[in-house]
Amino acid sequence: MQRRACVLAILATGTLAGPAAAYTAYVSNEKDNTMTVVDTATMQVVKTVDVGQRPRGITISHDGKFIYLCASDDNMIQIIDTATLQVVGTLPSGDDPELFVLSPDGKTLYVANENDNLVTAIDVDSKEIKTEIPVGVEPEGMAVSPDGKTMVNTSETTSMAHFIDTESHEVTDNVLVDTRPRFAAFKPDGSQIWVSAEVGGSVSVIDNAKRQVVKKIRFAIPGLRAETIQPVGIVISADGKKAYVALGPANHVAVINTESYEVEKYILVGQRVWHLDFTPDHKTLITTNGNSNDITFIDTATDEPVQSVTVGQQPWGVVISPQ
Amino acid sequence: MTSAVPGTLAALLCFLSLTAGAPGAFAQQPTLQPADATKPQGQTTEIKIGYLRAYAPRLTLSLLDAPPRDEGVAGANVAIGDNNTTGRFIKQQFTLDVTEIKPEADAVQAFDDLIAKGDRYVVADLSAKQLLSIADIARDKGVLIFNVGATDDSLREEDCRINVFHIAPTRSMLADALAQYLMVKKWPNWALLYGSHEQDHLYADALRRAATRFGGQIVVEKEFKDTGTARRTDTGATQIQQQISVFTQDLPEHDVLLVADESEVFGTYVPYRTWTPRLVAGTAGLVASSWHPASEQWGGIQMQSRFLKATGRRMLSKDMSAWTAVRAIGEATTRTNGDDPKKISDYIRSEDFSVAAFKGQKLTFRKWNLQLRQPILLGDTKSVVSTSPQEGYLHQVSELDTLGIDQPETKCVLK
Repeated sequence: MQRRACVLAILATGTLAGPAAAYTAYVSNEKDNTMTVVDTATMQVVKTVDVGQRPRGITISHDGKFIYLCASDDNMIQIIDTATLQVVGTLPSGDDPELFVLSPDGKTLYVANENDNLVTAIDVDSKEIKTEIPVGVEPEGMAVSPDGKTMVNTSETTSMAHFIDTESHEVTDNVLVDTRPRFAAFKPDGSQIWVSAEVGGSVSVIDNAKRQVVKKIRFAIPGLRAETIQPVGIVISADGKKAYVALGPANHVAVINTESYEVEKYILVGQRVWHLDFTPDHKTLITTNGNSNDITFIDTATDEPVQSVTVGQQPWGVVISPQ
Repeated sequence: MTSAVPGTLAALLCFLSLTAGAPGAFAQQPTLQPADATKPQGQTTEIKIGYLRAYAPRLTLSLLDAPPRDEGVAGANVAIGDNNTTGRFIKQQFTLDVTEIKPEADAVQAFDDLIAKGDRYVVADLSAKQLLSIADIARDKGVLIFNVGATDDSLREEDCRINVFHIAPTRSMLADALAQYLMVKKWPNWALLYGSHEQDHLYADALRRAATRFGGQIVVEKEFKDTGTARRTDTGATQIQQQISVFTQDLPEHDVLLVADESEVFGTYVPYRTWTPRLVAGTAGLVASSWHPASEQWGGIQMQSRFLKATGRRMLSKDMSAWTAVRAIGEATTRTNGDDPKKISDYIRSEDFSVAAFKGQKLTFRKWNLQLRQPILLGDTKSVVSTSPQEGYLHQVSELDTLGIDQPETKCVLK
């Protein structure tokens, strides 16, 4: 078993050294109103696209044809054609959209409206707002369960994860977490939701059946003040075994074993690491580093940083094409 | 004499709830359940917060510094809204009850009236003397006070009380924040100009202490006597320009001119009018404060937008202190799922408590004197220049404790 893992690791490294699968990464740059397009194989910037004001949340349709981008200060979501990189339409989003999540069937976008204490559900086809759901103060983190039945929103000042039934659009459960929850991520099997608390400095693991916090994960990096460790973005590997947490101004990404809940490694990336995304083959992880204006490529076989690439000003979010 | 502020919705709501027979609110037992199982159960708990404020219109040297009529109260109202948004999920309802008295008036009657209405938490924007006059009465009645107005170190030291939480930073915290920055910039020689009123002397004391603490040199001190002639007049500008120039003519060589003028007699007039071209800091020029209307870091832009939308004006330090006070009460009632002031007080003083206030890190209370630890913003009229503690000022407990009087030096015995 051990040997097999070793061989796999070597194989994985070998693959990376050879021609890696080429995907396209799209990075939203909060401060200069652009989106950077990056080739993940060459790790080069392909193009910089002008977009709306204060672009933050970014996601992609399941077929890879359209980027959805929160233009927060324009109070709308822009639709960008990935073939032409032109803005081809907009979605109404409510006030100050920050983060959103696309339902597994690709039909609904759930948007956090930070200034209005609302989550807005938007029908992607008809481009109409289906409903607005009142949540806590400064809603931000958004996640949908793999079966599409449950949506989770975190509200920063209220410090809760709100569980919303996607059929009835009712808030069914509210789970208190630590101060200023920023992000929520379901485990691929839907059994748990991981919620980061930026000011609380922790990640709460919530059992989806019990709707209770079952574990709180804290961080410590030698030589760094505890206050600088501010967890934000979370991604969980496809096999559900590893979670990666961006630690903001601590400039590191924590690698967590999801069975033992132990932090196995801290990966040094750029300054104020905010969000992250896997390539579809899960061999590479890309982080956005807001204060150093770059993104970092991480090899998930070794959990080592491979390269940093300069993008626009204050990169915020990243999404990678599914093909 | 007391008077309710007319027109605030919160006050009206409070009045309505009173007439509806609120005495039952405090007889209600808080439902005990795990803090993270927050399904609404049973009846809504009402948490009544009083706001006692010493207010009179006041002249400032600059029109821009004229305090808004609802300074502080507006911040508390926004926090009440935030608490109620959260409270909706756990059946808690917060109200604010605002009472104003004159700056020199007796605070006891007004305080008693608030207590009679059922308020068990009082946000106080009072002078040190007024605050002290109600502190022990409050303690005996199980009432918690949250000081948002008085920066006097004495209230956290020899006059500290076990039921008084201090949200406003002290003068020594403000002065230390400024001194750290000046030392980091390598501008260590300071000339100190201070006003002739008591609070000006106290701020000058804090600046002297900060100089000793961080290695600054006060090369000269000069008191600016309030003769009542430096106020705004139609023809004042020319006179003032000459007056400040002459006043600073004989100062020895210095890097920075420190100004301690809380009384608004001359400080605003110092920058650009000095004999030699020097930077100004203190109560004019580069000013240390708990908030800045242009602070947008650490999610601050969200607070600023929310405040602007709710009030139509920018958020000032006192608004932020009052917001933080009401949020601290909200945070504690949410986490303990109850409204018993004793439990709330225990929780706020425990290791578990923290409140987020858009300053880049969680804020907690110093257990030895109940002062809120907080980063201090250094700003000019337009922007935030820096935030203290400065990099490199280390502390074994919290770097925030490099600002102000620290535990080993405290004279506070909580009682």
